[in-house]
Amino acid sequence: MYYQLLGLTLLFVFAAGLAVLMGRYMSRVFRGQPTALDVLTPVERCIYRAGGIDPYQSMTWQQYALSLLTINSIWLAYALLALRTQASIPFWNQGGIPSMDWSLAINTAISFLTSTNLQHYSGESGATYFTQMAVLTFLQFVSAATSLAVGVAVVRSLQAKTSSNVGNFYQDFVLSITRVFLPLSVLGAVWLLLRGVPMTFQPYTLIHTLEGVEQTVATGPVAAMIPIKHLGSNGGGFFGTNTAHPFENPDMVSYGINLINVLLLPIAFVVFVGYFLHRKKLAWLLFTIMTGCWLALTLPIIQQELTGNTAVSLLGVDQSMGNLEGKEMRFGTLGSAFWCGVNVVIPAGTLTSMHDSYTPLASLFMLLGMQVDAFYGGVGTGFLYMFLYLIIAIFIGSLMIGRTPELLGKKVGIPEIQVAALIMVIMPLLYLGATAIAVAIQQANPDIGWLSNPGFHGFTTILYEYVSSVAGNGSGFEGLADNTPFWNLTTSFVMFMGRFIPLIGPLAIAGSLYRKQYTPPSAGVLPTESVTFGILVTAVVLIIGALCTFPALALGPIAEYVSQAK
Amino acid sequence: MKSHIGPAIRLTVVMLVLLAVIYPLVVAGIAKLAPGGGKGETVTVNGKVVGYKLIGQKFTEDRYFNSRPSAVEYNAAGSAGSNKGPSNPDYLKSVQARIDTFLVHNPGVQKDAIPAELVTASGSGLDPDLSPAGAKIQIARIARVRSLSAERLNQLVDDHTEGPLLGLFGPAKVNVLALNVALDQLK
Repeated sequence: MYYQLLGLTLLFVFAAGLAVLMGRYMSRVFRGQPTALDVLTPVERCIYRAGGIDPYQSMTWQQYALSLLTINSIWLAYALLALRTQASIPFWNQGGIPSMDWSLAINTAISFLTSTNLQHYSGESGATYFTQMAVLTFLQFVSAATSLAVGVAVVRSLQAKTSSNVGNFYQDFVLSITRVFLPLSVLGAVWLLLRGVPMTFQPYTLIHTLEGVEQTVATGPVAAMIPIKHLGSNGGGFFGTNTAHPFENPDMVSYGINLINVLLLPIAFVVFVGYFLHRKKLAWLLFTIMTGCWLALTLPIIQQELTGNTAVSLLGVDQSMGNLEGKEMRFGTLGSAFWCGVNVVIPAGTLTSMHDSYTPLASLFMLLGMQVDAFYGGVGTGFLYMFLYLIIAIFIGSLMIGRTPELLGKKVGIPEIQVAALIMVIMPLLYLGATAIAVAIQQANPDIGWLSNPGFHGFTTILYEYVSSVAGNGSGFEGLADNTPFWNLTTSFVMFMGRFIPLIGPLAIAGSLYRKQYTPPSAGVLPTESVTFGILVTAVVLIIGALCTFPALALGPIAEYVSQAK
Repeated sequence: MKSHIGPAIRLTVVMLVLLAVIYPLVVAGIAKLAPGGGKGETVTVNGKVVGYKLIGQKFTEDRYFNSRPSAVEYNAAGSAGSNKGPSNPDYLKSVQARIDTFLVHNPGVQKDAIPAELVTASGSGLDPDLSPAGAKIQIARIARVRSLSAERLNQLVDDHTEGPLLGLFGPAKVNVLALNVALDQLK
């Protein structure tokens, strides 16, 4: 077991090392400095010309937000149309797949548009090859590029100068695609192809197994989707069981590639902040907080899963390899639990094992990680959440010592605090409110058939679904019968708000800060690059992020744990 | 808003061409050079395809190494885990039933020696592997049914065990289909 732990540690260190290179490269890209991929400049020029875009026209934050929301609306309309009619699209169609009904189409379109990738359909039976590629994979690219673009615009606005324009959305977006996501996806796809991940447009094949039973095997254009679902913190897999499916993740090599892809850009973004703003100490501080908190969540998950399920131990079998329900033998309990820990803090939210079957306390830490969403968090969006926590920490810290709140040389005023605080209140309100409604309906109609697991675990299932939707994580306790109009529409609403509020809010704050006069650091200001401030930020995250869900956690995972221990 | 609609539509079309047409076709082109030609590698016995290398299949007969329980009975066109919570009474009953079945088919095995993987369902429902322990606990039964010596079967399992990658990554595992194909070829 120890050698496996060493292997995973090395993998993390390797991913973080690559992320440093990547962060430096991204800083050069978004500064417009020369990079090795400048051969793509003509391609980008073609894209701008065909799109009728002037990439050098800088936008105010309002224009930036408006162009973002406009193009997102176009994508939503396109996705809805395609999902509603997928059965009648004649090419890239393996046959036998119906078009989605309205509520499922809305859910799927919003889910992929918001980079959440909560999947209420099952890949093998619910999506044609056309929709997998031209809708779902497409949305994975563009939603990730949207997140990265906003992240870049916010960081740009934190520079030590004054401007009323935050950059050009189209340029940030196009560069995110051509310089970051597309090259990395091609690279990832080649690696996965070598491990045997399929990439074909042929229909499913029927074989006769060694025991003589018929088995229909679903394949498809898988290898193109897997890299971007990890790189873009999306998480929507080709098959129903996501990264646990052997065709998505055949062995420990593909596991390593996929894990690096999940970690790469969220960590690289922190490095990017350091290089872009010339504030390496800030980047180190954020990296340390994020890594520390991620470990504090992941290690207990691993420990709980290795201990195994107490109820199964009572039945008397050998559980020395841990809780294996819902896990794959090629990753083992350790590999699966480690993956789980990474994918709850980073909202790729892909599964190499089924979270519904995890032990109660493990699900407690999963919920905490998802809901804070800033221990790395998603590519771009993780930093946006952290930015909000920083604003609030600056405010609280400065009040405590009687100074003017200043972030990186810019005065933080009442409007900025109001926006940050509002977002921090709306997020828990969304998932707690939705959970309350769902639980009330479940209580009134016990035979409604939503939950495959009774009792406290059932409560956790509902809570998990909404926390995952707000956080853009998209993993789920799959024991929920979620393809019903109620679940499709409520989660759609929650995902939509959970995406666009924390995307536009920080942009507004940053835009307003960028307009203000820069003042060099002085003794009268709370220093933002000190250990003390790091501790303060961590405390703020824990208090704001964690405490508001504690009552709900007590009703779900903690109650299940206590009842099991009894 | 109005001035943004034109560029938004045009940029969307360009991106569709790039990301939804060119990118998948390039990857599909590269796939032709990959093992299995991008169609998934198959396993053939006497010229007949008996399965996919990566996709687990159902083995419940006593003469084969049995694969793990699957929530979807190894339906490779509808993967799923059981998604049963750890304290679900129905789930615990089904684990108990699997234990009882295993003990009936493998007399002489002590309950506390049964590896949990043989009584719990995998995540994908298509797990192609067992741990070496999960294979070896079945040797006595197969040796009896096939009148083979336990030593030879032990050797067979060892030969098909893949250790951790580079000695560092992941647990040791045995591919059940490959193992059973080899088992059929033992004389």
